[in-house]
Order: sequence, then structure tokens, then C-alpha cells
Amino acid sequence: MSSTRQNINNYKELLEQYINTMDEASLYQAEQYSKASIQHNVSPDKIIEEHYKALVELFPNLDERVKASFQFLIQTMISYSVNYQQTEELREKQLELKTEIDVAANMQNTLLSTDVPKVENIDIGAKSVPAKLMNGDYYHFVQDDEGNIGTAIADVIGKGIPAAFFMSMIKYAMESFPEDRMYPKIILELLNRVVERNVESGMFVTMFYGLYDINKHEFYYATAGHEPGFIYRSQIQAFEEIDAKGLLLGVKKDTKYNQYVTHIQQGDMIVLLTDGVTECRSGDRFIEREEVLEVIDQYKEQSAQNIVDNVYKYLERLQDFKLRDDFTLLILKRNS
Amino acid sequence: MNLHIEGYQEDGVYVLKLSGEVDAYTAPELKERLLDLLNEDGTEVKIDLEKVNYMDSTGLGVFISGLKTSNELNSTFKLVNLQDNVYRLFNITGLNEVMDIENTIRGGM
Repeated sequence: MSSTRQNINNYKELLEQYINTMDEASLYQAEQYSKASIQHNVSPDKIIEEHYKALVELFPNLDERVKASFQFLIQTMISYSVNYQQTEELREKQLELKTEIDVAANMQNTLLSTDVPKVENIDIGAKSVPAKLMNGDYYHFVQDDEGNIGTAIADVIGKGIPAAFFMSMIKYAMESFPEDRMYPKIILELLNRVVERNVESGMFVTMFYGLYDINKHEFYYATAGHEPGFIYRSQIQAFEEIDAKGLLLGVKKDTKYNQYVTHIQQGDMIVLLTDGVTECRSGDRFIEREEVLEVIDQYKEQSAQNIVDNVYKYLERLQDFKLRDDFTLLILKRNS
Repeated sequence: MNLHIEGYQEDGVYVLKLSGEVDAYTAPELKERLLDLLNEDGTEVKIDLEKVNYMDSTGLGVFISGLKTSNELNSTFKLVNLQDNVYRLFNITGLNEVMDIENTIRGGM
């Protein structure tokens, strides 16, 4: 340390040496000097001031205009140092915040994780991608004692961190419900009460809830204002929009939900999605629902997971693709 | 894309005429304007959406807040001249059953 201290106190000697020899070795001293300055927190304007003092001592007859130019340079560097330091501080803070959000996003992944059920004749695929770091979409699978599959897909209105926290609340409310066979209508009515009581105005949830009876292949469903999904009917080789209506969660206290049921044939596919799938833009153009169905149709012989992955890849490949909203796509396919 | 909000009174009714897009960036101003009006007991507000060609779920959030406020106080609001794609949002979410909506426009822009 003492040698660096010495270094920054002998600028004048270093400068004089260089002016006299103009050799590489003396120039190397400049590099050492700048390293020592950083170690001792000497700002760039101080270095120039040091240079100016040395110059005046070495050349007492220095032109007044050259002296004035140094005053100007020193002033410039003082402002520069101040601004630079502020920028550095902001950069550090930004990094700190980013780390915090990364931690929150990881925690969300853990909190909201759900296992995709493995069922013999039902093939399930799921993909959820947040538009920002935190995901305001949510999907959930649950199996009752008989193996029937309950599935929820939901979207919080309002994005980012508040939406993500809110989803955790929904998940834990759902997990507190009894484990025996829960019909979609009942689940939505219970959740509506939870949301209505706990939410500040302006935050709301849309949810589609389905219950797949794996023995009779009946699909029971109800919606709380959620974007309708589709059923691919293998018999007619076409998609039909799932017909359901219901008010989104959290708007009215005693909302009642209609429950619907449809039979699923071998080769049929249930497609559930959030509006992020159709709200993403390619340049100025919105992706149409039909376009998404065409992609699904193209890959329909593949596994459910491959289909949902391929839809996302297709969207990603579009020019100027930008997710405006979180993207979630679920497919349940009856194989046999 | 921006949202322009023109406000005036017509036969004792406050009219908010919107043009542009209602999304996460433009919704806060709309929310403030709308709730300011609805916070006064007994006010009637008409929101004209003829020139709104895009609205996302944040926009819906504004009107849901409006609904809650107007239920607490004695104010009312109605939405008029909705384009097809905007009306679709109210239809999917079931809000068309609990809000006063008039004159939807076929076709859209």
C-alpha cells in the first residue's frame, strides 16, 4: 500500500521523467498511477488538477490561455465525476432490485407449481410463459380419489408482482377445499367469495374450471369470465368453441355459476388458454384465435406437450413477436 | 398509441368521449377521470367508446372499479357505442349482464 501511496504523491516526478525521456517505461508509470488513483478513490478531476499543478511548477512561464484551458477542463471533469457516480449508484440499485425480483419470481414458481397428472388414456400438455418476470396467469391440476382430473386456468387482471401475489392466494384457497369430487360450479362460487372479500378494487380474476371424469369421459366445466377454450371433435375434424358464460371472480358477492357438461370422444382434445395467447402482437397485427387453432391442428397427432410447445414456438418465430400478456395454453387429449 | 379523453356535460349527464386505446398505460388516467365523477352522489355518466378500437383487461378493471364505486354511492354510468371487439370482452367476462351497455357497433375498425 505504501508504494501506491508513494505513486500518487509523485505525479510531478513521473511527468517530468516522461517529458525528458518519452520512453515506454515512463509511460507505463501512467498506467500504474491510474490504478493507484482508483484504489485511493482519487477522482479524474483531481488527477487533472495534479497534472496542472505539476505543469505550472515545471514550466513557470506557461501561457495564461493554457492555464485557463485547464480550469475549464477541471470544471468539466468535476461535473462528469458527479454524474458518473450517480449513474453508477442507479446501476447498483437496479441490479439489487433485479436480484430481488428474480428471487420473487423463483419463489412464485415454487409456490404455484403444479404437477401434470399422469393418466393412462388422457394425455396432458401445459405451457405458461410470463410476459414480464412474474406470471399473472395460473393453471392448476388436481386429482380426486377416483383419479378424476380437476383443472383450473386463470388470469389476474392487472399484471406484474401484485397479480402474482394474488394468484398465490387463489391457489391456497383452492387447496383448502375438501378433496372429494368438487364440481366446477361449486369451486367458482367458493372462490368468488374469497376474491370478493380480499381484493382491492381494480383487481379481478377470470377462471375456467373443468372436471374430467376419467371413467365416463364426461367433461364438466364452468367459467368465471374466462376466455372460452375449444374442443377438437375428432368425428368432424373441427374445433368448436366451448360454450359457457359467467361473471368474473370478485365483482359480485353472491354470483351463481352455470355448469355445463360435454362428452369427450376418443381423439378429442380440450384446449384451454388465456388471452395472452391471442393478445400477443406480431408487429401491428394481433394473432387471431383461428391462427392458433390452425397451428394446433397442424400438430394434433403429436403428444399434448409437443402441441403446446409448438404453438409457443410458432408465435415466437413470428416477426417482431412480443408477448403483451402472460401466455398459458393447456391441452387435454383423450387417446383411448 | 394514446388515449384521448374529452369530457363535457349534455342535458345534465356527464359525457366522457374516448378515442384511442385503453391499456395498462392509458387506463390510470381514465380511472381517475371516471371515479372522480362517480364519487359524487347521484351523478350520471355516459362513456362513449365509439373511437376505442382496442381495450385490454386493464381497461375492464377501470369499469369494474367504476361499477363498485357507483354501487356504493348513488351514481350511475353507462357505456355506449362499443365496437365489436371491445364488446366481446364485456361479453366473455359476463360484465354485460351487470353493466349498462348500449348501442354496440357492428364491424369495428
